Amino acid sequence: MRITCPICGERDRREFTYQGDAVALRRPAVDDMPEDWDAYLHLRDNPAGVTRDLWYHEAGCAAWLVVTRDTVTHAVLDADLVSRHPGGAA
Amino acid sequence: MADPAAVLKPLSPFAGLLPSTVGNITLSGVHAGHLTLLAPLRGKDLAAALKSAHGMALPAAGRSTGKDGARAIWFGHAHILLMGPVPDPSLAAHAAVTDISDGWAVARLEGAGAADVLARLVPIDLRAGHFKRGHTARTELAHMHASITRLGETAFQIMVFRSMARTMSHDLVTAMEGVAARA
Repeated sequence: MRITCPICGERDRREFTYQGDAVALRRPAVDDMPEDWDAYLHLRDNPAGVTRDLWYHEAGCAAWLVVTRDTVTHAVLDADLVSRHPGGAA
Repeated sequence: MADPAAVLKPLSPFAGLLPSTVGNITLSGVHAGHLTLLAPLRGKDLAAALKSAHGMALPAAGRSTGKDGARAIWFGHAHILLMGPVPDPSLAAHAAVTDISDGWAVARLEGAGAADVLARLVPIDLRAGHFKRGHTARTELAHMHASITRLGETAFQIMVFRSMARTMSHDLVTAMEGVAARA
């Protein structure tokens, strides 16, 4: 498995650390409903198909990435910087 | 009273380990001088400050600028490593400045076949057609986080955390022996 880091180019999986679903980029507002927070914290889909998750290029440029991949074919479809996403800027 | 003649001398992380030569290839420790991490501040002009203070261009991703004794090396998506000179105080207005001189071990691998040695330990293509003089990469060396820069046709600068100096030295010399055995 290889991921094309937008900064470093195509790199081996061993340079990256998996964090989890990219739901972290859609954090509810402080006064949103408890149900929204419950879903944000606890409820995850387990799709057979395209999914988006966060990876950290730990042994490379140290950027956080949003990786779009297919859990059925194992194809990596896209990798983009978290900092380019709404909710992803530091 | 302090003795004005008593000057602190740097102790090489490779003391007692390097230099080591196998066949045509030599691995040696480098006294790189000051190592300063520069994290550019948003809305400031570190490029101009670095140029006026140290005469070096700000390196783009995967690149280094300067020369032996004073280099600026891309060191990650948000960091530049200033290697060699004492950082000019003016840089502090444009970047977060951190002294990491004691944090990293710096080595030089040189000789025909140096790229073949690294190919045994590094998961990226470091051959000359792809990784040219002045190119730099943050990647792995064995399982260590490393910074690798091509200094010349057959010379690389390799950096790992100082605590990894002995492991790096062992792994590289073992790889050098492997390459030499197949020569």
